[in-house]
Amino acid sequence: MTISEYFDLLWNDYTLRTITLGTAVLGATCGMLGSFAVLRKQSLLGDAISHAALPGIALAFLITGAKDTNVLLLGALVSGLIGTFWIRGITSKTHLKSDTALGLILSLFFGFGMLLLTFIQKQPNANQAGLDKYLFGQAATLVEKDVQLMLIVTGISLFVLLLFWKEFKILLFDADYAKTLGFNTKFIDILITFFIVLAIVIGLQTVGVVLMSAMLLAPAAAARQWTNSLGVMIVLAAVFGAFSGVFGTAISATEDSLSTGPVIVLVAAVFVLFSFIFSPGRGLLFREIRFRNNRRDLQLKKTLQFMYGIAKDHEDISHPHAIRILNNFQGFTKKSLQRLEEKDWIQLFGQQWALTQTGFEEAKNLFSQKPNDD
Amino acid sequence: MTSPQIEIQLIAAVVAVACAIPGVFLVLRKMALISDAISHSILPGIVAGFFITQDLNSPLLILLAALTGVITVVLVEAIQKTGLVKEDTAIGLVFPALFSIGVILIAKNANDIHLDIDAVLLGELAFAPFDRLLISGMDVGPKSLWLMGGVLIITVVLLLLFFKELKISTFDVGLSSAMGISPVVMHYGLMSVSSITVVGAFDAVGAILVVALIIAPSATAYLLTSDLRRMLWLSIGFGVFSAIGGYWLAHILDASISGSMTTVLGIVFLLVYLFAPKKGLLSVLYRQKQQRTEVSLITFLLHLNNHSEETERHINHLTEHINWQTVRAKTVLELALKNNMITIANDIVSLTEKGTDFTNRALEYIITNKDDRIEHMKDDFFLFRG
Repeated sequence: MTISEYFDLLWNDYTLRTITLGTAVLGATCGMLGSFAVLRKQSLLGDAISHAALPGIALAFLITGAKDTNVLLLGALVSGLIGTFWIRGITSKTHLKSDTALGLILSLFFGFGMLLLTFIQKQPNANQAGLDKYLFGQAATLVEKDVQLMLIVTGISLFVLLLFWKEFKILLFDADYAKTLGFNTKFIDILITFFIVLAIVIGLQTVGVVLMSAMLLAPAAAARQWTNSLGVMIVLAAVFGAFSGVFGTAISATEDSLSTGPVIVLVAAVFVLFSFIFSPGRGLLFREIRFRNNRRDLQLKKTLQFMYGIAKDHEDISHPHAIRILNNFQGFTKKSLQRLEEKDWIQLFGQQWALTQTGFEEAKNLFSQKPNDD
Repeated sequence: MTSPQIEIQLIAAVVAVACAIPGVFLVLRKMALISDAISHSILPGIVAGFFITQDLNSPLLILLAALTGVITVVLVEAIQKTGLVKEDTAIGLVFPALFSIGVILIAKNANDIHLDIDAVLLGELAFAPFDRLLISGMDVGPKSLWLMGGVLIITVVLLLLFFKELKISTFDVGLSSAMGISPVVMHYGLMSVSSITVVGAFDAVGAILVVALIIAPSATAYLLTSDLRRMLWLSIGFGVFSAIGGYWLAHILDASISGSMTTVLGIVFLLVYLFAPKKGLLSVLYRQKQQRTEVSLITFLLHLNNHSEETERHINHLTEHINWQTVRAKTVLELALKNNMITIANDIVSLTEKGTDFTNRALEYIITNKDDRIEHMKDDFFLFRG
């Protein structure tokens, strides 16, 4: 199946439609809630939580013996929350730093989860096959019920987000101020963290525990490059997330052997790379262009200043001088002289130049603090 | 014990020690998560190396993959330098992308590569004894034992050679630069050693569990001591203990060895986290409770000192005035009584001479905020032992 076939089939095939809708919704939710994780400098918390969810899935299976997605995800939610609060406990009550705490919880929980998974594999229960899809995710296993769950979670988180918009925003950017205003910062903090955990948990089936954190981070990091407004960023992140979900699923559906998780992550990474380079405000490309423009501008003004130094000693400021006398000065080329002329700062007569009135004024005010219209 | 069993435990122990040594410095330098990033992102390097060498234990593959690890660090730092995203986001973006490439490479070439996803996550410690190193036809032991042994020896030699430099550059970057030790060289040296260790251990314990072996022993040791040497020894001890304990746990449960090694590490960490004598959770909570009581006591004594009128010093009035619960008020009262700071006559509390003296000195400290005012009080009184 090629990608174009996939999109043709999308409108007719029920299964494909379910899967695509599911990954789109998932991407949107992750992008939305991931924005908070990125802005709160909790990017790697997502990584720790998603790994910490694994033993929950395995334990839920061991206890119930059934492979009901909702039960397994509930287990994942509980163990993800335990991991989160343990990380908080470690960083607040001991002198271990947050990076150590995150790495500890991530690897210890995951190791325990893998122990349980390998233990389950050896059990005679025939039902056990397929639990390892939670490692790298398999969007193909999404059914309508799962998508409904995602929609419900998305709806609730959107509702809470709008309800607590002001509180979330103020906590995000100035936690101390929020506290002095009398907001219950602890509650809001826990609320945000809870929804981040929730977003991770519902993504486990599609993207898997190993790569779920990227699903949370990448759309938000990409969206951050295009805007400085929280609202716009969240919407953009949701859009990026949804597109990565859909394209990732489409690509992985066209190949038999590919898990969805890695492909979605790579698509999201492409979004990030594109945004890093091409975003107009912060992107590397435009930053380099601006940088060069500024440098050239500075160079021009340097030349102009040098000319001003010569011209101000003359009664007639527009008295022509030989270009030769600029020789001992590094910052001029033929091109820069032309540019100076274009700006109407100097006039060129063959091998001579003369400062114009505007150029003289410009050079005179170069170092003054007066606001300049230019 | 059969000979493969001993060999597995030996390999596990060597891996644990080799991971614990760089782990101590990573944890102290607050770069623990770099090990997570490296362990994930070496995967494409390993796959590429495997295409070239066709042998998971080849030293060339180790070097290639370790190079990928160092490249990851450079990449993360380059992204950080652009200032487009925060440091942690940079880590979180780089390694999943590289890891995804590795996973996809493995999936696409599943027929050509004897690497499967489970091996990536869990390693193949149980099979390690079957891959023997033959030198001119003679069986000298499992390949991975020689490999990890080599990595361990290099690590130990480097540690002994550069112990002083590592120590200084870890705790005081400024001083180390002033003394002519380049922090950059130390940084990338440590990163390279970590990468090589991670790659070497990858075969035995897998991509994610190697993070546990790096971070957990050092973090556990850090809760018990503040001395670098002792921390190194302790974390080596925890590593070896969990390697051998983990092997037997896996033996009983018939489950993954690396998974149970991590679980043992987790249990050890949990115990130390709860019960460590000075920095454990319980002792921290106990200390915090004590400090609260001590602060309450000072408040109480200052209150008494401020009021000479009897109504203000009536026992029932205190609960009301300082806004304490009855139980708390009682604790504080008893504590003060026990230390002969107050006397109670007809339900009226008054300061004793000792109490007045103590209060005045505490007041002086509060006003001047000079530590030398309370220096001698630390011995005389139970307070301020901070």
